[in-house]
Amino acid sequence: MKILVCVKQVPDMEGRFNPNAAGTWFDEAGLAFRMNDYDEFAVEEAVRLKERLGGEAEVTVLSVGPDRVIETIRKAMAMGCDRGVHVRDEGAAERDPWQIASMIAGYARSRAYGLVFTGMQSLDRGSAQVGVLVAELLGLSCATTAVGFSCDGGTATVERELEGGAKAVVRLKLPALVTCQLGLNNPRYPTLPNILKAKRRELVILTPDELGIEAPLVATAGFSRHERSGACTVLEGELDGLAARVIDLLDERTAVLRRGGGR
Amino acid sequence: MKKALLVAECRQGRLVADYAELPGFARALGSESSMVLVGYPEELPRFDGRLHFADAREYGEYNPDVHKRLVLRAVEAERPDYVVFMHSSYGWDLAPRVAAAMRAAQVSEVSGIGDGGFVTGCCNGKMRRTVRPLTPCAVLTLRQGAFHAERGGEPRCLPLEAEKAASVQLLRYEPPAGGGIDLSRAEVVVSAGRGVGRQEHIELVRALAEALGGEVGASRPVVDAGWLEHGRQIGSTGQTVAPSLYVACGVSGAIQHVAGMKGSGFVIAINTDRDAPIAEVADLLVAADLEQFLPVLISKLRS
Ligand SMILES: Cc1cc2nc3c(=O)[nH]c(=O)nc-3n(C[C@H](O)[C@H](O)[C@H](O)COP(=O)(O)OP(=O)(O)OC[C@H]3O[C@@H](n4cnc5c(N)ncnc54)[C@H](O)[C@@H]3O)c2cc1C
Repeated sequence: MKILVCVKQVPDMEGRFNPNAAGTWFDEAGLAFRMNDYDEFAVEEAVRLKERLGGEAEVTVLSVGPDRVIETIRKAMAMGCDRGVHVRDEGAAERDPWQIASMIAGYARSRAYGLVFTGMQSLDRGSAQVGVLVAELLGLSCATTAVGFSCDGGTATVERELEGGAKAVVRLKLPALVTCQLGLNNPRYPTLPNILKAKRRELVILTPDELGIEAPLVATAGFSRHERSGACTVLEGELDGLAARVIDLLDERTAVLRRGGGR
Repeated sequence: MKKALLVAECRQGRLVADYAELPGFARALGSESSMVLVGYPEELPRFDGRLHFADAREYGEYNPDVHKRLVLRAVEAERPDYVVFMHSSYGWDLAPRVAAAMRAAQVSEVSGIGDGGFVTGCCNGKMRRTVRPLTPCAVLTLRQGAFHAERGGEPRCLPLEAEKAASVQLLRYEPPAGGGIDLSRAEVVVSAGRGVGRQEHIELVRALAEALGGEVGASRPVVDAGWLEHGRQIGSTGQTVAPSLYVACGVSGAIQHVAGMKGSGFVIAINTDRDAPIAEVADLLVAADLEQFLPVLISKLRS
């Protein structure tokens, strides 16, 4: 079986975000990039499936973005993907989900993948659309938010996570696309020998035009910092003083210390 | 006047209550509305208007291929400017299918209306975007709790039908893996987030909880990593708590975590990032490394 996994590189959310000059997305300066959390689970599941199937199973990892995303493709290869596809697109960060999906579908269309894995959403844009759109464009059966996955050749069984942590167990006909939720598995850490091996694996570079990128369906009219609505006091400084202030505030604002806390 | 087609949901035999935020959104938008539901005749929404209705006993609950067709039927009948879902496990799964079939723009997790577009959060709630659809009809999903719930009287039901062939089949539901831990009545909850960094540091969080006479909670990555039991997860897919004191240690404050603790009394966050979104619901943010700060706080509390 041929397996495809789609990954995105996103900035660390702990970084400081500033709007770019056009005011349509963030300026990348000063941000550290890494693989989208959700996609790590997708890569791990794809590799596990390959390992279970053995034989001719192989995993292709695809990422759309500027040259920095090669690092993320290499990481996925170090986790066990056999080959990489880099859709080199300087403008990827500001493409809408429909455009990203059109490129992925353009690549996958003639390649007969039995299973496609994606993260359920990205940490930065968080639209939760790309995976489902790819499935629709390719006519694959699809389930989102997988926290459990198994496959027996002709069908896949997915545990979909619902509100409150309940699950819906669903069966999909293959070929299928599954979007992966946090906790689906335990993504492996690449080992040094595997990191070295990954450097020698095939990496194909393609352009958006070759893959038939479509025109956008939405436009960004504004991008700004979220202004806090609450009145949060921020305390900084030397630790002893900070601890003393916290205890004073606990005393003033809560009954916790009087109730016999503070043991 | 613009028209909105609102998509309600039934899950495990019940109408999902937050459907009422859909008409609230339509009012905020100043549009007319009609509704569509695959559900049960004894679980109808209270909505003043046309309800395109298909029976879930016939068409199933989670059955995306078929529900897509049913929603598209209602779209044909209503010719709306917007097709609106809640951003729920049903909505984020079905909305893009409907959008793709219509080649319509989709804006996900809308939390506001303004400046010629729809407002939606991004970058873990640190930033916000205003997004303008470029297609005549747009698909939207709404952030839970962002718009006022609004209920009406009895809807006027119009039957919906569609072909039943499906590539996805719902086999069964499974209950949450609770593990018998109930944090809902705890007076004090001290939560560990991914910022604890290592499993050993959970002990610091435990010691603080003990010093404050409270329970230990966790964010999702912490239970996913196996550092704490699943039953201690707080948030939209875990427990909901409302203690008089909530201490978030190394928790960024993602919307799904906040959903489970926003009813807390006094909220203290300990975080190296002074811009962490947890500040939105915190009364106090201590900008410090928890590994260094917690031992100091614990020893002061004990003395
Ligand atoms: C459908 C869905 C449902 C979900 N349900 C839930 C849920 O029920 N509960 C839940 O929690 N999440 C849930 N999530 C996941 C959620 O979106 C976040 O990914 C998660 O809450 C992040 O956990 P965190 O804050 O511990 O980690 P991160 O977001 O990684 O944040 C870590 C924080 O620790 C801080 N930090 C780092 N080092 C230190 C240090 N040394 N000292 C102090 N601070 C430090 C960082 O600044 C950062 O703010 C759900 C997601 C989805 C899509």
